[in-house]
Amino acid sequence: MALKLTDLKTDVHNDWCPGCGDFGIEASLKMALTEMPVDIDKVALFSGIGCSSKLVHFTNANGIHTLHGRVLPYAQGAKLANPELEVIAVGGDGDGLGIGVGHFVHAGRRNIDMTYIIHDNGVYGLTKGQASPTLKLGVQTKSLPEPNINTNVDPIMLALAAGITFIARSYAYNTKHLKEMIKKAVAHKGFALIDALQPCPTYNDINTKEWYGGEDRLDPTTKRPMPRTYELESAGYDGRITPGMSEEDEEKKLLQVIEKSREWGDRIPIGVFYQNETVPTYEERIVERLSNYLKEPPAKQQFSKDDGKSIVNLSSVSKELLYETMVLAQ
Amino acid sequence: MGGLWTFGLREYYSSIKGPHSYFEVRVNSDKIRSHVNNVDLLATFDAETLIRHADEVSSGGGILYDPSFTNIQVDKIESIETPVVLRIKARLAKQSLPATVAGILEEAKRRNLNLYPISYDDIIAKTAAQIGEHQLSKVSRIINVLSVAASFAILGFDETYLNQSIERTFASKKKVFEMNEIGARFAFDAVKALLKQPFPFQLRPVQNQPRILVMGNEAVALGKLVGGCRVQTYYPITPAADESEFLESHENFELLDGGQIGRKGSILVTQTEDEIAAITMATGAALAGARAATSTSGPGFSLMVEGLGWAGMNEVPVVITHYQRGGPATGQPTRHEQGDLKFVLSAAHGEFPRIVLCSGDMEECFYDAIRIFNYAERFQMPSIHLIDKGLANCSMTIPPPRADLIPIERGKLIPANGKGLGDGGEYRRFEFTEDGVSPRAVLGTPGHRFWNSGDEHDEMGHIEEDPENRIKMMDKRMSKLETAGREIPEEEKVNFFRSSKNEADITIVSWGSTKGAILDAMKLLEREGVGVEFLQIRLASPFPTETIREKLLGARLLVDIEQNYSGQMAAVIAEKTMIDIKNKIVKFNGRPMSQDEIYQSVRQVLSSPSQNRRIVLTHGA
Repeated sequence: MALKLTDLKTDVHNDWCPGCGDFGIEASLKMALTEMPVDIDKVALFSGIGCSSKLVHFTNANGIHTLHGRVLPYAQGAKLANPELEVIAVGGDGDGLGIGVGHFVHAGRRNIDMTYIIHDNGVYGLTKGQASPTLKLGVQTKSLPEPNINTNVDPIMLALAAGITFIARSYAYNTKHLKEMIKKAVAHKGFALIDALQPCPTYNDINTKEWYGGEDRLDPTTKRPMPRTYELESAGYDGRITPGMSEEDEEKKLLQVIEKSREWGDRIPIGVFYQNETVPTYEERIVERLSNYLKEPPAKQQFSKDDGKSIVNLSSVSKELLYETMVLAQ
Repeated sequence: MGGLWTFGLREYYSSIKGPHSYFEVRVNSDKIRSHVNNVDLLATFDAETLIRHADEVSSGGGILYDPSFTNIQVDKIESIETPVVLRIKARLAKQSLPATVAGILEEAKRRNLNLYPISYDDIIAKTAAQIGEHQLSKVSRIINVLSVAASFAILGFDETYLNQSIERTFASKKKVFEMNEIGARFAFDAVKALLKQPFPFQLRPVQNQPRILVMGNEAVALGKLVGGCRVQTYYPITPAADESEFLESHENFELLDGGQIGRKGSILVTQTEDEIAAITMATGAALAGARAATSTSGPGFSLMVEGLGWAGMNEVPVVITHYQRGGPATGQPTRHEQGDLKFVLSAAHGEFPRIVLCSGDMEECFYDAIRIFNYAERFQMPSIHLIDKGLANCSMTIPPPRADLIPIERGKLIPANGKGLGDGGEYRRFEFTEDGVSPRAVLGTPGHRFWNSGDEHDEMGHIEEDPENRIKMMDKRMSKLETAGREIPEEEKVNFFRSSKNEADITIVSWGSTKGAILDAMKLLEREGVGVEFLQIRLASPFPTETIREKLLGARLLVDIEQNYSGQMAAVIAEKTMIDIKNKIVKFNGRPMSQDEIYQSVRQVLSSPSQNRRIVLTHGA
């Protein structure tokens, strides 16, 4: 039975502000879920803390609303214990790139097969608009007493440096594009990041829906707004590294990501910046060591009989500790 | 070997190479569980060990040393701390002896100790020549085996045991085995030639029984494998990391399974970026249905507390094995302490239930490592297995533990196919129930979708700030402590030991690794006609208040023994039972309590029972 959008609705009251970019991300995620061949019982959504992280309560799929900044280790732990789960993590840019940035980097090193969507609006909304790690230097959003004194973290560059194997950006109000990015991210074998740009209508009065939409800059001929985002794919960009590619070509791809990540302002690229299909997933690396891992993952191993008796062969494990193995001939 | 029981104490600095490490081994024909203040034989292979420990040799004992040390000056060894140098110099000066190894040896002679000089360099050179190795540095690694071989000769112990041990230790490396075997032979013979009369302390084999030699963190690891732990996360920390490494080196293991020969089980051991990730990743794994644990020490546990609170709020059965070490801050990373009891009992903001189970010896480490998963899953709460550096790094011979003694109990776990428990109607992960424990589905269970939140939530797991729901949810979670207190059998909450004498002159209260030294000291006291009771508290949460009150109320004289500054368990007892234990024996210099220290200090308490006192133990190097 095909999953319908209405199946993914819960009765929980949605308390996001009107016009919040979170709605666009929620809608895109739900659309993507209905269009993908996933068993909804196996879907596990994880979130951190912040406005965006309430998303799991509004979605009728397993939803684990965790701690501020810790969404990735929780999500990775679940996926490692049961690789059959379709694990998707969401959280704000403060959550993932501020308090949780250490986990972000290490998730890249592992390359566990899961998806992570960052709701990137440049502010800490739920605590009333403080500057988040993605806010640019010198920008003063309306709730900041002073302009932002820090330079920003670039999620794309950081992801590349961390070894994340799928790096995409999208925009919350381009739900069609974001939905496609989510589908690609989920299909990617390895850790997939989507930096989802989104307005915060309440606290970020700089990067607004109108700003992203280019309403302040009209095409001189058509007099229509010229959106600031543009799609990489339609500009002929291809960020994929595929098996068999030469080292030189790989290097070109990497440099291309850096180049594209620096575009901002009047031209903001969205789409897949980078996808490396040659890096083994963590699960594949585990199988090298634990050959039964995928067949009998940690969550599914039998370890006792019906009467509760452990079936572990203890004497084989503790063989090396045996102290009295030989009796001396007297 | 030779049927003998051993207890080994390992002391080392927080450093890779250089500072002084030593290993104290006690051997007996009956089971022993602790070390003593003095050693009968001091086997050294550097001058520092000789300088630091010569005064600990018991009368009639012996010292094995290299005569090339003789002219070394005490204050020329940089790794000995200045206060230690000053203490040793003062001691030698008092006897008009020079502050050199020669002075130390002269002091030993005056005490009629037996001196056994052996030139390691000569033996290493002879060994190298025999195996045709030109690089002496490659052969010099055998020095510790040489000292063991020489000790065997002094102790008159059958050298067959020595050879068997070398064979077993180096079985997989032929060349290493060869040089150790040859070197050992030289060392053994060199000492044999020195012996004019037998050393007063001789080792003889006794009745042989199957036994394993195990350290605390190996015992825990074995328990985890047997108990079904299938995900272990960790961030490197002393003295916990050895456990994870043991697990990783046994990550594939055999199962006993009638039909399927060669069926293997496995454990996934993952090193994380920090301890926050360690506990949250293990929690994620537990949500997915694995028995999952993390293992750490004080500084790591400090980082874990937010994850502990979340697991408490969401009733996740995650297990934390906590090896206490000297604190606060980095404290004494490689030294022993029981300073974290009150911390683990109250760690994280807010109030939530947790299990805290304290092991007192290697066997308890093993069996408790199984029990703690049962508790965690039956009562659905984060569960802490509290151990310490003393247990982690001491080694002991124990009867081989049994895999089938503690049945695996997973509590109200909904089967993976979604059938049975909790079937019918909408699944509510935090359903209100009589005992506070709700049927638990794991992620991916058909028809059992659920939500978790660190926010207060409703039965579905969705955020809920309604004051009435808050009261019901708090009641639900906290009532599980009563459920656990009711369902955990008394014998798993405390151990109560009493000497054969009918009336107890004194009742000792303690917890954790002091158990071994207390039991050994009890034997000495009993021999002298003192009636001793010993209440070992094992379950610190939920606290067995009534059990403890009942045991303590009738006691003639109470003494609390703990390896921390303030007597933390005594404070918990006072809080819970209103019983104030006025006599305290504490130790916090980083070295475990010895049998002798406990014997002497308990004697001291008995000698003036009316006084309230706090005795601070100080032994250790």
